[in-house]
Amino acid sequence: MVRLTLTGNYCVAYAVKLSRVKVVSAYPITPQTTIVEKISEMVDEGEADIKMIRVESEHSALSAVYGAASAGVRSFTATSSHGLLYMHEMVWWVAQARVPLVMAVVTRTIGPPWNIWTDHHDIMGQRDTGWLIAMTENNQEVLDETIKLFKITEDPDVYLPGIIGLDAFVLSHTVEPVEVPDQDVVDSFLPERRQPYVIKAGDPLIMGNIPSDLVRNAKMRWDVHVGLRSAEEVIERVDREWGKLTGRYYGGLAECYRCGDSKYLLIGVGSWVGDMRIAVDSLRDEGYPVGLLKIRYIRPFPVRRVYEAVRGSKGVIVFDRSISAGSAGPLFLDVASHIHALRLGVPVKNVVAGLAGVDVGYRDFQLIVRRFVEEVEREGWVTEFLEFYPGR
Amino acid sequence: MQQCRYELPLSRPKVGVQGATGGWRIRRPVLERGKCIGCGLCWLYCPDSTIDVEEEGGRFRVSIDYTYCKGCGICSSVCPTKAITMVSEV
Amino acid sequence: MRVPLTIRELPREKYVLPGHAACPGCPEAMGLRYVGMALGRRAILVIPAGCTSIIQGLSPGSGLAFPILNVAFASSDAVAAGVSVAKEILGEDAVVVVWAGDGATSDIGFATLSGAAERGDNIIHICVDNEAYMNTGIQRSSQTPRGAWTTTTWRGKAEPKKNMPLIMLSHGVPYVATASIAYPLDFIEKLRRASTIRGFKYIHLHAPCPVGWRFDPSETVEIARLAIETGMWVLFEAERGKVTISPPSRPYADKSRRKPIYEYIKRQGRFRNITEELIKELEKEVDEYWSILIKLSSQ
Repeated sequence: MVRLTLTGNYCVAYAVKLSRVKVVSAYPITPQTTIVEKISEMVDEGEADIKMIRVESEHSALSAVYGAASAGVRSFTATSSHGLLYMHEMVWWVAQARVPLVMAVVTRTIGPPWNIWTDHHDIMGQRDTGWLIAMTENNQEVLDETIKLFKITEDPDVYLPGIIGLDAFVLSHTVEPVEVPDQDVVDSFLPERRQPYVIKAGDPLIMGNIPSDLVRNAKMRWDVHVGLRSAEEVIERVDREWGKLTGRYYGGLAECYRCGDSKYLLIGVGSWVGDMRIAVDSLRDEGYPVGLLKIRYIRPFPVRRVYEAVRGSKGVIVFDRSISAGSAGPLFLDVASHIHALRLGVPVKNVVAGLAGVDVGYRDFQLIVRRFVEEVEREGWVTEFLEFYPGR
Repeated sequence: MQQCRYELPLSRPKVGVQGATGGWRIRRPVLERGKCIGCGLCWLYCPDSTIDVEEEGGRFRVSIDYTYCKGCGICSSVCPTKAITMVSEV
Repeated sequence: MRVPLTIRELPREKYVLPGHAACPGCPEAMGLRYVGMALGRRAILVIPAGCTSIIQGLSPGSGLAFPILNVAFASSDAVAAGVSVAKEILGEDAVVVVWAGDGATSDIGFATLSGAAERGDNIIHICVDNEAYMNTGIQRSSQTPRGAWTTTTWRGKAEPKKNMPLIMLSHGVPYVATASIAYPLDFIEKLRRASTIRGFKYIHLHAPCPVGWRFDPSETVEIARLAIETGMWVLFEAERGKVTISPPSRPYADKSRRKPIYEYIKRQGRFRNITEELIKELEKEVDEYWSILIKLSSQ
């Protein structure tokens, strides 16, 4: 193990190298570019044995790695924002073809106007597709979870592709000290690649022609959902394994931070969870009985973990860094609907903040949460369930 | 093919995947063996692989699979000796 | 001196199986048989949306006996590039072939095609050209010739056919060829030659469609042949940019030996509204294209 100071993007590159990825294909877009630049450099320096396909668009990037992955090799791509939107058709294709592969999404807002800073609109737009979607809080988690995703996606109970999300600039371009595991440690952790089928010469296997039985096609689609549900157990198991190997266990699908004895629960996803932690600690010092549920996987959505954390709460406040325009924040929609379905009558508030890269720090969280707790204590419920926090 | 617990969009080759396509015909190719010189052009051009040939004394012996022949008439059109005639089936 | 291929030497394994879903007289089905004869078990096909997507018939069966990845419309060459790289990494012998229609090649898939050509990805791209979006019901593509009726050009297409062979020659790739389903041996030879070359190979296969062009299904080969005899379609190949007119087209370098264009046009219902003026325009296009090819082939 070696300690290095790395940006989030470089952490992705190191993870890709350590995971013995064989094919990388990507198209440049800020703020993903330094992932691919680093991988290119590693290849040219002889540090990584990776074939790069330098494509002419993101649609072709995911197409190329899909081809390589269907043909039997571990493959990877990375993108952001408009690039992710451009390849969106292929995002669906890969999941429904059930080809395991890993893609990094450096979460960046969507234009117009042109804007390179972070919010979660791009990654949230993928949540129906059938991909596993992991989000990270710090660079160590980026490195660790990327390696884990190769193992999780290639598990026969899963056999679906996975996204590793990291916030633009906050993580992608910010340097943090990280522990980089040795190659032999990762080799002992990651088995040889497995996938449900391989396209090869001499074996007339046909993928994708029209089904005669629509019921069978419907089952395929439902099976993508079943695969994601089965992934929950795999995610937990793989995280524990990683914890034993490196001393770093992240809590699996979600991490409960001081939420065991809390009365008010914050729920959030992404790098700003780090600021939520600080806010929780300082609010606790002020006497507010608050806790935090850090969502690590947007998909599969950790229904049971959310239920366990929410049960017994007097109020839940869900922070979304994107809005499903015309409805509410996507994380809130997942939380509120599921806890209602499981019959928890707990007030849930949605605060949409940090859009278009507006910075939201622990002071903002303190402000918002104090107001929320006071309101629920006073009224017994939330008066406005959806609030836009424009920033200070 | 399926060693996977999940339903996959996979297929294997199948003769007659669209059923007995011979039922599509409104005319059928009829071979007059006396005129056939065994050149194999009908086999070469048939879009449906429903003409089969066997080597027989330096020439091809032609047979037609009427279960699947769609009656397009290309074989008749390319035959240099007009050994194949398209006969109406309606 | 190349020894020409004969029918007798062709393998008879069926890669296109009886009972598939193609229309009677379909040139794509014919073309696929020739791919099977040329490449056999080595071929892996990447097939974007188009007629052949349907010709395969209904899953879990398939009327084609190749390993096939059916793929999204705009993705084919990139997918094939990935497959090709993976097979090399795994040390498996394979010839990765994109089997794409004219729409998937020159319209929606143009970027992925050009990208793969520029990168020199080790694949063969076959454009099976029936000159319109036939699978979706005969809508015009950039490959539809001037004057042709389609459901989106009822009075006949105003723009000329985009010249893909010249565009691909300009990419400087190691092998560019044109072919026709009327000349299967020529096509098979070209495919086999392409499969021995490393890098990006492009073969443009002219494929007259009875349904979309409005002629009797028995006439597919005849119409394809007339395209050559009138000079409307030219068979050539170019290795490393050196153009050679293929034997079936050689006589027609001499304009006086070309059949009148009207011989080709009058057989197709899609040209029923053609005017004298349009025929002259088409003739001019043919002359210009031939003069470019003759110039390129004499260098």
